Amino acid sequence: MAHSAHVEAAHEEHPYGWRRWLFSTNHKDIGTMYLIFAMVGGCVGGLLSMGVRAELMEPGLQIFGNPEVFNVFVTAHGLIMVFFMVMPATMGGFGNWMVPLMIGAPDMAFPRMNNISFWLIVASFTLLITSLFMPGPPGTYGVAGGWTIYAPLSTKGTPGPAMDFAILALHLAGASSILGAINFITTIFNMRAPGMTLHKMPLYVWSVLVTAFLLLLALPVLAGAITMLLTDRNFGTSFFDAAHGGDPLLWQHLFWFFGHPEVYILIVPGFGIVSQIVSTFSKKPIFGYLGMAYAMVAIGVIGFVVWAHHMYVAGIGVNTQAYFVFATMVIAVPTGIKIFSWIATMWGGSLSFRAPMLWALGFIFLFTVGGVTGVVLSNAGVDRSFTDTYYVVAHFHYTMSIGAVFTIFGAWYYWFPKMWGYMYNETLAKLHFWLMFIGANLTFFPQHFLGLAGMPRRYADYPDAFAGWNFVSSIGAYIGFAGLLVFLFGIYYAFSRKVHAPANPWGVGATTLEWTLPSPPPFHSYETLPRIK
Amino acid sequence: MGMFNRRLMLRRLMLMGVAASLTASGPALAGEGQPSPWEMGFQHAATPIMEQITSFHTYVNVIIILIALFVLGLLVYVMVRFNEKSHPQPTRTTHNTALEIAWTVIPVIILVAIAIPSFRLLFAQYDFPKADLTITATASQWYWNYDYPDQGINFDSIIVQEADLKPGQPRLLTVDHEVVVPVNKNVVVQVKANDVIHDWAVPSFGIKIDAVPGRLQKTWFRAERTGMFYGQCSELCGRNHAFMPIAVRVVSEEEFAGWLAKTKASASLDDAGKVAAAQD
Repeated sequence: MAHSAHVEAAHEEHPYGWRRWLFSTNHKDIGTMYLIFAMVGGCVGGLLSMGVRAELMEPGLQIFGNPEVFNVFVTAHGLIMVFFMVMPATMGGFGNWMVPLMIGAPDMAFPRMNNISFWLIVASFTLLITSLFMPGPPGTYGVAGGWTIYAPLSTKGTPGPAMDFAILALHLAGASSILGAINFITTIFNMRAPGMTLHKMPLYVWSVLVTAFLLLLALPVLAGAITMLLTDRNFGTSFFDAAHGGDPLLWQHLFWFFGHPEVYILIVPGFGIVSQIVSTFSKKPIFGYLGMAYAMVAIGVIGFVVWAHHMYVAGIGVNTQAYFVFATMVIAVPTGIKIFSWIATMWGGSLSFRAPMLWALGFIFLFTVGGVTGVVLSNAGVDRSFTDTYYVVAHFHYTMSIGAVFTIFGAWYYWFPKMWGYMYNETLAKLHFWLMFIGANLTFFPQHFLGLAGMPRRYADYPDAFAGWNFVSSIGAYIGFAGLLVFLFGIYYAFSRKVHAPANPWGVGATTLEWTLPSPPPFHSYETLPRIK
Repeated sequence: MGMFNRRLMLRRLMLMGVAASLTASGPALAGEGQPSPWEMGFQHAATPIMEQITSFHTYVNVIIILIALFVLGLLVYVMVRFNEKSHPQPTRTTHNTALEIAWTVIPVIILVAIAIPSFRLLFAQYDFPKADLTITATASQWYWNYDYPDQGINFDSIIVQEADLKPGQPRLLTVDHEVVVPVNKNVVVQVKANDVIHDWAVPSFGIKIDAVPGRLQKTWFRAERTGMFYGQCSELCGRNHAFMPIAVRVVSEEEFAGWLAKTKASASLDDAGKVAAAQD
């Protein structure tokens, strides 16, 4: 009897089987579930983008007889990549895994809330996938209004319940993110190991902290906006209906007040990841640490006052546009500080080009390209020509999409040995990198030319003159997709080979606390709290 | 996936490339009123505003290409100079105040240098001249209606299906009734929408303005060359978003007067008062 009581107690302490995952309160297990979830989301979103690029490979309608189905693919691709791939990976996955390890905490501050954060995102994804099979716009299934779901296309233009499913999906995703943000903020403010002041925190923890505040402030605005959308659709209100005293532009203001901080939510954790990787593989402490930390804070703060640069042609006044031009340009300054500080960190270092470093270097280049086209787009005068064209598509894929994806893959290979206890295969990881790097540039660079020549975005078919660069772009997308397959094979390979990883596979450059723990870390990471000098 | 015409497609692409390189020299590659194959820049400007946009963009583009090349150069330099083999012993440098001030202040100066012409362009776009002609463009799913309030002309403008195209008419850009305007005149376009948001855009005029239900928005242009100028709906508006093009025919003043007379004459025959605009 005593023995079985002991076993019961052990179960309480360390559940096994499906209970370990479904009821998990362990930050590492929850982080793992988030990462698997992000991979599923990324594969679904990636397949949708393959459908989009296959259709656009040639003029005419080949794949989608109904162009509205093309719009459904574009919409679902955007929503899934934002809410069910990048956010779960950078915040839910690596954030959950690494923040407690890096600050020397035994777990997150609210372990049960952490559990509900994860399962809410699963429920949310289920709702969104369900929406694809519900009637949406007349004669079509799914939501086809773009990830921005502008009213009135999302109200009167989409009579079917697909939009309501998507709205509820966003509600759950938002609740999940807000709970996660509260958890991160509380953990980082209260559970740092003795001696770890805010100004000694690793930059990845800083980036998660900044992102958590962005989530906490931006997502309630989205929740309010989509609630108004829901009541406009179902309960006779008219917040966005001009015929009854509402205004379609109100939706755009509310959406972008959330939407612009959202793009920083997608990329700021990546800034932190790149800082860790660059410092580790240069074997040098980060250059200008305080500048790096406060540049992220500055980007986060300014990110809240630039939203209407998405609306230059929507009908806002010229003086309003002038303000948003000015405010948007200011963001280039802290962003520049980050780029130059990464290079200065490498300057005088002793660089080793392991796979994580390749992803970080690739990111710095891609993000610079996307950043400078952002400076072009900030100018309302020339944005008049670019907005709603492929130039914008190229810009945001270079920055928050491919940029963020490169940081995710960098983090994946960087922390792979730590999280799973096995080494990844370096050759496969580098092949993965080069396929993605060539694929991404081939896909998105020609889209600048398409945008310059005037090709509007969200088009299922285009004038024949745009055929050339679209063909190149689609070939690039297929190459990138091949990279995704190499990524998946690399996981299978590493887990079947089981090459055991040491506590610190990266050597003297890896100075953060997670490398002091065995790989993988024990279920409860720290038996005694580490002390920081 | 349309495998059967893949080879045809490749051949067409090659032909287009060859044709483009044969017929075009430098900036002439830019499309005249419509995009051209393998185009890498703006369509040829047909209004003073688009000329200003083009020159501003060229200016900013030079700056950003230099910045991107500078960063790329630095990256290549550190990768060559400071890799493990050539630089085995890392330094511990983490601060350089002068450098940090420089990379904060210099970008600010560059931004000011961009902002000044940027604001000049922005305010020029909103500097509405006295209108010589006013047109109202009303968007519906999925076509445009054009009204000439002072001339009493009104007609719908609907895409011409591929099967009905005449030789030389571009696919997805051609409409049954084009907007006709006189050359070298200030045209104010009022834009509105009946159902969802659409967008009236003509790239070679440098204009793009959302058509928002419940609002009357306006933009203007002064076309300096005659010819056909095409645009496409530029705000996602549903199933046929890609199939409600905008076509503007810029003609001499005499031709415009002739078009007006002809169109009005046909209007008087039309009971509904809605004109099937005459085309010549």
